[in-house]
Amino acid sequence: MSAIFKLTMPKWGLSMTEGRLVSWLVDEGAQIEPGMEVCDVETDKIASAVESNLSGTLRRKVAQEGDVVPVSGLLGVVADASVPEAEIDALIQDFQATFVPPSPEDETGPAPQKIEVAGRRLCYLKRGEGGVPVVLLHGFGGDLNNWLFNHEALASTREIYALDLPGHGESSKQIERGDVGELADAVAAFMDAVGIPKAHLVGHSLGGAIAVSIASSEPERVTSLTLIGSAGLGEAINADYIEGFVAARTRNELKPHLQQLFADPGLVTRQLIDEVLKYKRLDGVDEALRKIADTAFAGGRQASLVRDKLAQVRVPVLVVWGSEDQIIEPSHAQDLPGNVRVQIFPDSGHMVQMEAAVEVNRVLDEFLR
Amino acid sequence: MARSITFQQAINEALSQEMARDQSVIVMGEDNVGGMGAEGEKDAWGGVLGVTKGLYPKYGERVMDTPISESAFIGAAIGAATAGMRPVAELMFIDFMGVCFDQIFNQAAKFRYMFGGKAKTPVVIRTMVGAGFRAAAQHSQILYSIFTHIPGLKVVIPATPYDAKGLLIQSIRDNDPVIFCEHKMLYGVQGEVPEEIYTIPFGEANVVREGKNVTVVTLGRMLHVVLEAAANLAKNNIQCEVIDLRTTSPMDEATILESVQNTGRLVVVDEANPRCNIATDVSAIVAQKAFRALKAPIEMVTAPHTPVPFSPDLEDLYVPNAAKIEAAVVEVMAYKQ
Repeated sequence: MSAIFKLTMPKWGLSMTEGRLVSWLVDEGAQIEPGMEVCDVETDKIASAVESNLSGTLRRKVAQEGDVVPVSGLLGVVADASVPEAEIDALIQDFQATFVPPSPEDETGPAPQKIEVAGRRLCYLKRGEGGVPVVLLHGFGGDLNNWLFNHEALASTREIYALDLPGHGESSKQIERGDVGELADAVAAFMDAVGIPKAHLVGHSLGGAIAVSIASSEPERVTSLTLIGSAGLGEAINADYIEGFVAARTRNELKPHLQQLFADPGLVTRQLIDEVLKYKRLDGVDEALRKIADTAFAGGRQASLVRDKLAQVRVPVLVVWGSEDQIIEPSHAQDLPGNVRVQIFPDSGHMVQMEAAVEVNRVLDEFLR
Repeated sequence: MARSITFQQAINEALSQEMARDQSVIVMGEDNVGGMGAEGEKDAWGGVLGVTKGLYPKYGERVMDTPISESAFIGAAIGAATAGMRPVAELMFIDFMGVCFDQIFNQAAKFRYMFGGKAKTPVVIRTMVGAGFRAAAQHSQILYSIFTHIPGLKVVIPATPYDAKGLLIQSIRDNDPVIFCEHKMLYGVQGEVPEEIYTIPFGEANVVREGKNVTVVTLGRMLHVVLEAAANLAKNNIQCEVIDLRTTSPMDEATILESVQNTGRLVVVDEANPRCNIATDVSAIVAQKAFRALKAPIEMVTAPHTPVPFSPDLEDLYVPNAAKIEAAVVEVMAYKQ
């Protein structure tokens, strides 16, 4: 019997229950390979391309453009050219008859947890089991959902913790000094509290500077470093973005700033803006962001430069950048010490881990092995 | 992720969190304590529909039962506000506001202006509005338009649990008198609400659904009916952009005008009686400021010019429904110059 596969709606992050098929990127009859983008899907968080993990011919487009399909629902059928049409009809019929969309109750599954660490509430999401744990650290103004497309993929073979940094997400909003050191101390204290003696640290933007700071002050706690569009490798930063993000109060004010985070500004959906606005409306967020911006990015320059510390780090280091990064220029990935492996992804902006999620996950997965 | 709670719980949580944060916040109204504290009472009734339930055990004398005398306790709340408290007074039904118009219109709304900007009146008057509860003509009116007419008052009409919490906290912190209108048919509506404290600024409408064909401006409970209509219309390829005003004073003109510039068509859906209401107000603004963008006459979907009927069949006819909204949108779409 020849192979016949179901192409289904992926689940990007815990809160995703359905996606809207915006457009097909391949025609029926086209040959598909793993990693190939087959269609564009829009969720209540973000729009992205669905990449195939299958190999074969796209025999049938089950979902039409504009359809809203639940997670795990059937998008199309991929099979060998030799598979008869009747067999494909039967598969679709059988699927539609038996498919039960995951109920919202199932969706609550692994919810973020909260823990008190040194007088602060820290919120984190843990997935996966085994191996050396991985700790994901988001950037300025972000939260653990910045790892929406990476978390599940990386957790298949290891334990992953995504953290809301102090002042961010659902963690406590009080910030004392707002420098990289304060945030690094909070992360180290978090690792103590949940019992992580040693971890792979993956930091995005400001989270990258935090990761290097921990590796430098407590080298025995770090197995490897991955720095994505990282702060700390040069003085320059897009000060207009930092100021604009902190000051924005409405959807229209926020939108142009969020669009700078991506190479494709179309990825900034109304819902994505709403999520960020909901965060910015929480009590204490204005003050927290202000304090971090005024300290870590005082005068529109990066205050904490960790390039020298990086040269002394004795663990494997991976540096990832989007070639179109408008927040921290990809040139900051140049002239790094010899122990550092650098990977630049084309057509991606500052949020490269979202915009080129599949490729970044592949490189990360291999690096963390 | 935020948990899901009801509109009623969201209001209760906003009151409780602000009372915990700020000692000057007090709650008063008919039956807000509701017997709690009296001998033999184990639990508070918490207002006519239980919205303030549980506050008295936590905050004691900062939650007060008042006599059935709206003129007296609304006046007292306004007085307390001028003296430095942040009172939240519950006036059961907006229909009863008439007996304290002097206190609200001619006193609270005017203090800032009469005293050279030196007086502030941070009072919130929470009140139930709207039809659909089989409560007849004297307990079912919507009336927010009357308060919108008065400079010096802020008027808030939340449509979702998330908005109810954030807008009520903003109302409590605001230094002007706020009329906070809670549609009684929304109390059971569930929605995601953060546990943390947050505020939603006044005068910022919410674009709840994006669409390129018709702008539908609405508020309060009607948002849910409009969304139902918009979902039906989408099946026929008519894409509605749905705007929830959230507050009518101040009102977010910019969002309305920007949307009409894009769609060229406007339908306004308002549960109020048709004369001098929010629908006429929004229509006038758009006709004046975006006339050239319009491809069709503006349509308004409102209640008729009658009191709210007691007969359930007639009451259901009275309140705008999805079919009427869909018909109005179809008419606007079909218009040829």
